[in-house]
Amino acid sequence: MEIIINLNTLVNASDIILKGMIVGVLTAICAAILGVPLVLKRYSMIGDGLSHMGFCATAIAAAVGVSNDKVMYVTMPFVVISAIVLLLLSESGKIKGDAAIAMLSTGAVASGYIIYSLASKGAGDVCSSLFGGSIYTLDSGDVTVSVLLACGVILVFVLLFSKIFAISFDTAFAKSAGTNVAFYNVLLAVLTAVTIVVGMKMIGSIMISALIVFPALTAMRICKQFKSVILVAGLISTVCFVLGLLFATVIEFNFGRVSTASIPIGPSVVAFNVIAFALTVGIKKLLQTVSKRNLGKKEGEQ
Amino acid sequence: MSLIQFENVVLGYEGKAVIAGLSFEVCQGDYLCVLGQNGSGKSTMMKSLLGLLQPISGQIRKNVRKNGIGYLPQQQPTQADFPASVREVVLSGCQGKHPYMPFYTKEDKHLAKEKMELMNITHLEGKSFRELSGGQKQRVLLARTLCAADELILLDEPTAGLDPVVTEDLYELINRINKERGVTVIMISHDPAAAKRYASHILHLGQQMLYFGKTEDYDRAAVIGRELNG
Repeated sequence: MEIIINLNTLVNASDIILKGMIVGVLTAICAAILGVPLVLKRYSMIGDGLSHMGFCATAIAAAVGVSNDKVMYVTMPFVVISAIVLLLLSESGKIKGDAAIAMLSTGAVASGYIIYSLASKGAGDVCSSLFGGSIYTLDSGDVTVSVLLACGVILVFVLLFSKIFAISFDTAFAKSAGTNVAFYNVLLAVLTAVTIVVGMKMIGSIMISALIVFPALTAMRICKQFKSVILVAGLISTVCFVLGLLFATVIEFNFGRVSTASIPIGPSVVAFNVIAFALTVGIKKLLQTVSKRNLGKKEGEQ
Repeated sequence: MSLIQFENVVLGYEGKAVIAGLSFEVCQGDYLCVLGQNGSGKSTMMKSLLGLLQPISGQIRKNVRKNGIGYLPQQQPTQADFPASVREVVLSGCQGKHPYMPFYTKEDKHLAKEKMELMNITHLEGKSFRELSGGQKQRVLLARTLCAADELILLDEPTAGLDPVVTEDLYELINRINKERGVTVIMISHDPAAAKRYASHILHLGQQMLYFGKTEDYDRAAVIGRELNG
């Protein structure tokens, strides 16, 4: 096996890589900061469920024959409405929350695949909508809309930061203080839906739910404050995205076949997130053993 | 001055009564302990006090401003690993003060500081909530409650899960803010002995109102015997 670092892609496709970088970093930040309250509220299943809904929506868009730059007009309303339905279902308590979400998301994936098959789309289409397409499918229309939407999500999050903290930490208290908990829960789900739709095309619908949980869980291990958890999650997510994108576009593998292979962006970014999480867990364990050993030594000296 | 007045109130869900015949009054400076076993209607009554549940019949008169009851709910399991600093938690008590402002004001921060001093937790300000002991956590949450409202506070079994020494400390602290600061206290409790020691009034529930009155007269009414006899 030979690993080729092909820096020429950076020069040849600098324009498209820059666009991908901007959209990707913004989406990665959105996913990471929304992930923190979602994980803490035990809502991470909702992010997962929504990404499956996103797959189904993409299938519908493909079957209807919507042109590549207008896919979002179909997927956005579909996923946003799903977000509201999922949330109401999980709150109503008629069916247990996680079971309801599991039902809907597997149902959506099955329907999506059926729609793809009926529309005579190949496995390639299915795969790229699940696990991420190539950076070259982004066009400039996408970029503008995506950047606007992602900035909107970040802005709303910052403005409602104190409310988001309040409904994540203690719903009973928030309700008693007059905070409209149900409204902010729906808002959180809608922001997540928007993020998933924006990121789906490049990162893939299944992969994006990883970007919601990983940076949040990594940051929660390092930080003690809610605010710093959010900032660090956004930072980790950004670094992992940039590394993942570069790894996917610059590095090629040669297994002695006719053409070289490279890895897709979505999984590459997720892999870097997994590494970041594993590193934090490892380093923390190491520090704990070291400090324990030092403590033992001190006691021994006494 | 009367703050809360229940007049022959029936409470329940979807038309089904959980508790009936509630008539009691809470005046400024009172310390009311609400006793009763599980399922006696304590939490239902609490919801109606907070305005989260409308009575099926009867009348509830509240002489407090909107959201003017500071509530201390029982700790939720999701709080155990929650990454938040003590300062952030206390400050979130101010969330109801100006619902349409995105950030906390200088006055909010000042108020949070003052309540932290009152609860003797200023030295914990930068610490993470998840690293505190049970008693420290309750004091942080009590400071948050006092940020929300410091005329009338409603505490839901504040000593649940605490060891006897810490429980006693917390009772003393609550007693002090009642006596020294004039904060009216309504406390849901499982502990009749402590209720008799600290409370000025006792409300004993068991799907109906078994007793309401001054603490001194509680033993004479022998509610406990009546409840056991059915």
